[in-house]
This record gives sequence, C-alpha cells and structure tokens, in this order.
Amino acid sequence: MIKSNSGIRKTDVINRRMFIIGAAKVVIFVGIIARLFSLQINENKKYLTLSDKNRIREWKLPPTRGNIVDYFGNVIAGNLKVYQLHIIPEQVENFNYLLVRLKNLLNLSDKRIARINKLKGELKPWDSIIVSENLSWSQFVKINNYLYDLVGVKPVMTISRNYPFNDVYTHVLGYVSQPNEQEILENEIIQERFVPGMKIGKLGLEKRLENHLIGTNAIQRYEVNAYGKRINQLEHQKGEQGSKIRLTVDTEIQKACGKLLNEKAGSISVMDIYTGDIIAMYSSPSYNPNLFLFGISQDEWQLIRNNPLKPLINKTLSGLYSPGSTIKPIVALSALENKVIDTKFKVKCTGKMELYGQTFHCWKEKGHGWVSLKNAMKQSCDTYFYEVARLLGVDRLNITAEKFGLGKKVLGDYFDTEKKGLFPNTKWKKNNLGKGWVLGETLITGIGQGYIQTTPLQLCMMTAQIANGGFAVKPKIIVDSNPISYEDAKQSMESGLLFDTESEELLDKKLFKNQKNIKIIQEAMFASTNERFGTSYKSRIDDPKYQFAGKTGTAQVKRISKRERELDLELEQIPYKDRDHALYVAYGPYVNPRYALSIIVEHGGSGSKAAAPIAKKLFKLIIDRHDLRNKQSNFERITV
Amino acid sequence: MFQHDRLSNEITLFQKIKNLDYILLISVILLSVLSVFVMYSTDGGEILFHTKNHFVKLAVFFPLMIFVAFFNIKFWHNFSYIIYFIVILLLIYVSFFGIKSSGSQRWMDLYLFVLQPSELMKIAIIMCLAKYFHRIKIENVNSFTSITIVLSIIIIPIIFVISQPDLGTSVLIALSGLIILWLGGVKIKYFIYSFITFLISLPFIISFLKPYQKLRILTFLDPDRDPLGAGYQIIQSKIAVGSGGLNGKGFLKGTQSYLDFLPEKHTDFIFTLFSEEFGFIGSVGLLILYAVIIFRIVRIGAISRSNFARLFCFGYAFAIFIYIVVNLSMVLGLLPIVGSPLPIMSYGGSSMLATMIGFGIVLSAKINHKQIIA
Repeated sequence: MIKSNSGIRKTDVINRRMFIIGAAKVVIFVGIIARLFSLQINENKKYLTLSDKNRIREWKLPPTRGNIVDYFGNVIAGNLKVYQLHIIPEQVENFNYLLVRLKNLLNLSDKRIARINKLKGELKPWDSIIVSENLSWSQFVKINNYLYDLVGVKPVMTISRNYPFNDVYTHVLGYVSQPNEQEILENEIIQERFVPGMKIGKLGLEKRLENHLIGTNAIQRYEVNAYGKRINQLEHQKGEQGSKIRLTVDTEIQKACGKLLNEKAGSISVMDIYTGDIIAMYSSPSYNPNLFLFGISQDEWQLIRNNPLKPLINKTLSGLYSPGSTIKPIVALSALENKVIDTKFKVKCTGKMELYGQTFHCWKEKGHGWVSLKNAMKQSCDTYFYEVARLLGVDRLNITAEKFGLGKKVLGDYFDTEKKGLFPNTKWKKNNLGKGWVLGETLITGIGQGYIQTTPLQLCMMTAQIANGGFAVKPKIIVDSNPISYEDAKQSMESGLLFDTESEELLDKKLFKNQKNIKIIQEAMFASTNERFGTSYKSRIDDPKYQFAGKTGTAQVKRISKRERELDLELEQIPYKDRDHALYVAYGPYVNPRYALSIIVEHGGSGSKAAAPIAKKLFKLIIDRHDLRNKQSNFERITV
Repeated sequence: MFQHDRLSNEITLFQKIKNLDYILLISVILLSVLSVFVMYSTDGGEILFHTKNHFVKLAVFFPLMIFVAFFNIKFWHNFSYIIYFIVILLLIYVSFFGIKSSGSQRWMDLYLFVLQPSELMKIAIIMCLAKYFHRIKIENVNSFTSITIVLSIIIIPIIFVISQPDLGTSVLIALSGLIILWLGGVKIKYFIYSFITFLISLPFIISFLKPYQKLRILTFLDPDRDPLGAGYQIIQSKIAVGSGGLNGKGFLKGTQSYLDFLPEKHTDFIFTLFSEEFGFIGSVGLLILYAVIIFRIVRIGAISRSNFARLFCFGYAFAIFIYIVVNLSMVLGLLPIVGSPLPIMSYGGSSMLATMIGFGIVLSAKINHKQIIA
C-alpha cells in the first residue's frame, strides 16, 4: 500500500519529537539515579543513624548502689530485693477500671491514685509508672493471682537500699530517698543516670559519696515499631554496681554505744589514737533510716521531727557543747608549755575566787585547800584553773587549743553538717562582738565555760592527741586505698614524724614543745581516774589490760543563781532543760594506749556520775576487740 | 514479500504468539514476580492480604494483557473514542455514586473489586488522542478547531478527576494527553506560551489549592517544619532509602518498613521499601528494568506502520516514564507528595488493570506492526 504524503510527514514529525523526548528521558533517569546515589551512598551513614534512632530505644534501669561495709566487712548499707508494681500505660485497656481494681487490692489512698493519674499524663505511654515501690509478699502474691484481670500491670522484682543495722549507723551513713528536681540538676552524674524510682543519698556518707556509690545503669535496648511498641530485645547491657566502701567503724562497738546511751540525748566517739580511725561515732537518739526508703509516712516523720531529744541532729559532729572540765588538760598543758606554771606550782582553793568584785565559784563549796597541778586535775579544782588561766591569758590558751584541733572541723569535707565550734581569743571577741576581752572571761574559759564551744568529736581527737604523746592525728572514717597500719602509725609518731598519705611526705606532727609536759598531763588524767578522790575513781578498771585515764566534765547550760547554789538540788529536782551536760574524755589502756573516746550525755548531770561509768563499760569491749581489729588490717583495699 | 501478503490479512493465533515482544513480556513478568516478593515483604514476610490480592490481580490481569494483545490494533483504533466516552461516563458515575474514602470520591464498587475510573482514563486519553492525531491531516493540526477539540479531550476528564479530588492522577492524565499533542505536531510555541502562562498563573492556582495540598507543597520545600506531622512521610521515606546503602538491608530486613515507620508502603511508597531492602544496586536494577520496558515500547512504536500505533506506543512509553519519575521523585523528596503509584509494583487494582491494558495494546501493535490503518 502507498502511504499518503501527509502520513509520511506526520510520521517524521512524530519521530523527531519522540527523539527529543527520548533524550529528555535519559537525562531525567540519570538525575534520579544521581539522587539515589546521593541518598544511598553519600549520605548513607546519616540515614543509617536516623534509621537506628527510629527503631532502637533504650531503657535505663536504676543502678545498684555500692555496699558500705564496716572495718570487718559487715555490710552496713546494702541492697535488698523488693517487689514492686508497675503500670505500663500503653498496654492498659481501661485505665480507670485498673486503678479501681488496684485500689481495692492494695488499699491505695486517693492521693496515691491522683498521683498515678498525674504521672500518666506526664510520662510517655511506654514508660512504666510505679504504683507501689515495696509490696509485701502477700500483696505480691495477691497481684499475681489477679494478673489475668490486670492488663498492663507488671509485678517487678528490683533492688533497693537496705540498712541491716537500722538506727545504729543513721548519723554516719545518712539515708537514700527519691531525689527532687534540684538534686538531679545539681549533680551531673545523677542527671545522667536518673531513672524514675532511683534513689540517691540525702544525708551523711550516702550523700557525700554519692558519685562513688551510685553505680551505672543497666541498659536494655529494644527494637520498637513506629508506635513505640517493643518488638524484640536487642541487648541487655549490665550495669556496674557502685564502689564498695569500707569504713573504719566497728559495728559491735557502735552498737554498744547505742545501747549505753539508751535513748538519752548524747553522743559517743571512739578513735584510734595513732591512725585516726574513727571506731565508733554514735549520736543518740537515732532513728531508722529504712523508714525513708519508700517515703516516710507523715506520722512517723512528725514523731522524729518533734522529738525534744532532736534525733535529726548528728550530735557527734554538729552538737556544740561547752567542754566544761574536759578542757582542763589543755589549759594545764598550755600553762606548762608556756612555762607559766610547773608541777610544783600550787594554788589555795577556798571554794571561790574573787576578781574585780566578781565571785568565781569552785564546784566544791568548801574548797580543796592547797592544790598542785596533779591534784587540781584529779579533783577538777576550778579555783586552780581560774588562777592558771589568769596567769596564762586566753590568747596563749587559744593557740594550744587550736593546735589540738579545737575550733576546727575534724572530718573536713566528709559531713557537710559538721560544725567547727569555737575557741575564743581576744581578737575574736573584738571582731565578732565588738567588745574588748574581760579577764573574767579568761577565768571561765579556763574551766571550759563561756564562749567556748566544742563538738564531741573534737574532744575525742583532743584526747587522742594527748594519749599518743602529743602528735597530730588525721581522723578518718573511710579506709582509703593505702591504709597505714596501727604499728606503722605508732612507730612513725614515736619518731616524731608522721607519714602523710596525701602528700606522701614525712611531716613533723609534734604538737608540743616539751614532751615531758604531755607526760605530766597524762599522769594527771590517770590520777583523776585511778587514784582515790579522783572525779572518775568509781569508774576505774584496775586490770592494767583495760586500765584507762580520763577527765570528767560537767558543763553548765545556764548561770547558776546564788539561791540555786545554796539549795544544791538533786538532779531529778531540776527541770530537764536546766540540768548540766555530763562529759567524759578518756584513753586507754594507760600502758601502751590505743584508743581515745569522748562521751557526752545531754542534761545528764555530773560527768563523773553520768558519763564516766559508760566509759568503763565501753573500754572493756574496745580493748577486747583490739586484736580482732589488728588481724583485719590487711583486709582488701578499696580505692575511693 | 511472502509474509507481507499474509499479514495484510488476518494472522493465525500461532503467529500472534510468535510475534509477541518477548523482551517486553519477560520484563513485565520479571517486574510482576518482583512486585509479589516486595508485597510479601510489606506484609512482614508473611503471605497476608496484600500479597494474596496482588498475586490474584496479577494472575487475572496478565492473561488479560495477552487477551488484549490478540485483538488487532485496528480494533483498538476503531474503539478508541468509544472507550474514551465509556471512561468519561464512569467518571461521571463516580462523581455521583462513587465510594467515598478518606475525603475523596474516586471509586466504584464492581463487587469483585473496586474500580478507579481515573486510572483507566490514563490509557483512554492516550488512545483517544492517538486516534485523533492519526486521523487529522498534518496541515490541520494547528487549526483553531483542532486545538480546541484536543484541549477539550484533555480538560473534560481532568475536571472530573480534579473534583474527586485527585490532583496526582489529573496531573498524570494531563501530561499523558499533552505528550500526544506534542508528538502529533502541535506547534512548539504553543507549548512555550502555555508554559509561560502556567508560570504566571501559578500563584492563582496555588490560591485555589485545598489547604492540605498547600501543606504538601510547604512540606516539600521544608520537610523538617513538622517532622512528626506533614513532613513525617517524606522524612521516613528518605531515611528508608538512605539507610539502604549500596547493597540494602536485605530481603525482609528493612527495619523502616517492618517496624511501620514507612507510611503507604504498599502503594505509593513501595519503592522506598524496595530501595531499603535492595539498596542502590537493586534500585538501579529496577530502574534499568523499567528502562528496558520503556525502550521496548518505544521501539514497537518506531516499527509500527500506522501512526495510531506509533502515537499510542510513544505516548504510553512516556506515560509509564512519567509515572515512574513522579513516583520516584516524590519518595526521594524531589517533588511534593502527590498520589501516584509505581506501575505494577504498587498495590492497586485499577492502576494495574490500566497498565496491563496498555501493555496489551502495545503488544497488539507489535503483533500487527505492519498493519495499516486508513
């Protein structure tokens, strides 16, 4: 057949134009391939990351806190398995029905229900809400029985802090509880590891050592779909438990301290006089830190808070007391060191001393007659120390007192509640009170009254430094990575040098000018406890193995009026708040001393009646445990 | 020639089968098999609803394609106008009695399956215009009457489709129509003038767009403006493609798809899943397969004696090309999101039906390439 002319021309047009389009097609296809290349080859890494970010979601689990152990390795802050109840909102079919069921099963309060509802609004649907942090076993069983009816509920076994000795270590360890927003923001490590339900240290060493104890989160990685539903578990990365921390304390002695104070307000501290290890540090009354773990009830909290004996205050470190006569060894030492007196120096005590028209009374109304240093210490003659203080002056006394650690924090940074107390001098009064020093104030400072304020631990350290022959000790409560043994510490001390573990240098830690003076004080303290007419003679132990030396103190909490002095009331007749604080500092055994202690019983009356007898009971235990402690000194070393 | 005489008359069934274009046929079969596997992957590696239905549709429409091919191209030429009018009637029917779904009214229920007449219009318009340009004298192509008629042929169905509303399909219908106008010899200056007019009136067109359509354009320009809302689809799609890399994540291992991050993964975004699992190599392979199909169709057009067959083949090849380009540009973030399926690969009966009929007519043109239509 023959095509028409028009038909051929048309075919030509079509073919020509098709060619143009064909060329365009090739260009466009190449363009698309280029786009594919740029997405899949050039930017592959970026999109792979984005794709993983899409599909992988991490769930952090609360870290497990490190254990805190005592010197012998007994766990004093550990972890316990607890049963919890979680709700996963995205899996719940009928939230309100579920809450009603749970409310009935667990007796939840309306407040708690409201809180759960609030949390549900705040959290992502796949985050679990903790309904109950600590289910009893029977509740746990009950929930498991009804689980078929409780869609979206997950009974969980988890780990929680536990203090096996309850109130024994409260003031040392503090406790853990849920952090508030500020606490999370303040600490970067907490911020990074925080998960709902996690607890942090709120007080004491738990707080101070938070960053060591906290541990790392276990991480569960799940593949999730676009709706956030978990499809499968990809990985379970185990968390690391926080560091184990070993303290210098001895649980047996710590427990005994609690028992001896027997809920009376007061404090006992025990220290190794060479290593500075704090063996016990008990503030009474105490309270149970386990109460705070799952939120303390309002009633229980009010009971603790409103207790007139103030259990919330760590009296060992934050309680400020006039040292009373327990300061006398330092006054005597200062006078000897400054050559103001010698052992032969005598003062006649008539029961009172007049100065510029003011009367200063000795505790013994009839007076002690002529007393030397030894007798004055033994019988705690106030008149003698008025006179010595007058001769010495408060500024020279202040220098010696501060050398022995008064007016300074004992444990430094470890407890932020620790107080540094006050040992006054003329400059201090001028700067702080704006008035000049009055000689009468020197006199009462000489018997540990007036402006002077000390913590029980300061008195303990002061005694330790007299006991060890007048050398500085560095008190510590944590066994560090390089613990110095008792023998090494003693040896280096007796050579007049002390090995400082921080600067790794041998330092001269002598606190005295003439060691004979220390010896004189030690002998006077020995007499006070072990010789007839000594103030703590009744509390002595004759067995040289346990024999100790000490000094009583009775700190007035208010000025005694003339009438009261004449009445000379029995302790029970005075209102509790007005009764004297009873104090006692001691060290032992007298031959080869090892430990120093300080005891204070608030409003306990006289030191010899209320405080010294406690020391008698305690020393037996302390000395008996000495060998055990020595054997433990090569216990595993822990880096902090 | 001997064969020539035989072909001028009716040819036997055996010869019809012999004359099929096997490269095209094999390519289509390959694509179909591939599409079933990809559908199997969208079902999460199980033979579920989509895989089953897709397979059944292929099993029905593939024979239909051969059936269509066995009709003489002359037959399709003769019925082109009628087919066009039938599809127009279907569009009218749909605009009154169609099934509504997610805000648009595009479908009619045929009991066995749901038909989308606008998809058929993609083929019908090519047939109709191919016949028109086949019949008109080249001298008259640019006459006022002729231009008016061809523009009406394009605009009438578009009015119905756009009112469904279905912007994507109407654009594809318009482009399919316009390409025949181009091939048929409409003056280049007309195209240039209309393009300039289009650009000038673009702001007005945009002001007539529905809010969701405007949003799509804004999202296209900056997907990150609402990553979890309007931009979600395109962001997730790019992540899927990009994370595929050179070799892909492997069959059934596309995390974006089986974890449901990919939207519309059965239909418009099927390429994304394919690209995630088979990577750059697989994607280029798929593009080559499509290129082979397009090239074969163009070649059949080129050897056709009749201008109807030639115009249809060239037009259809271009249409297929446009579907692919629009779909890929959309999922790769080069164009705003408009609903447009990927031929054969995407789940959707009407699209596959139309595509298969198109292939059928192309094969018919091949079988009867020496056929002259008066």
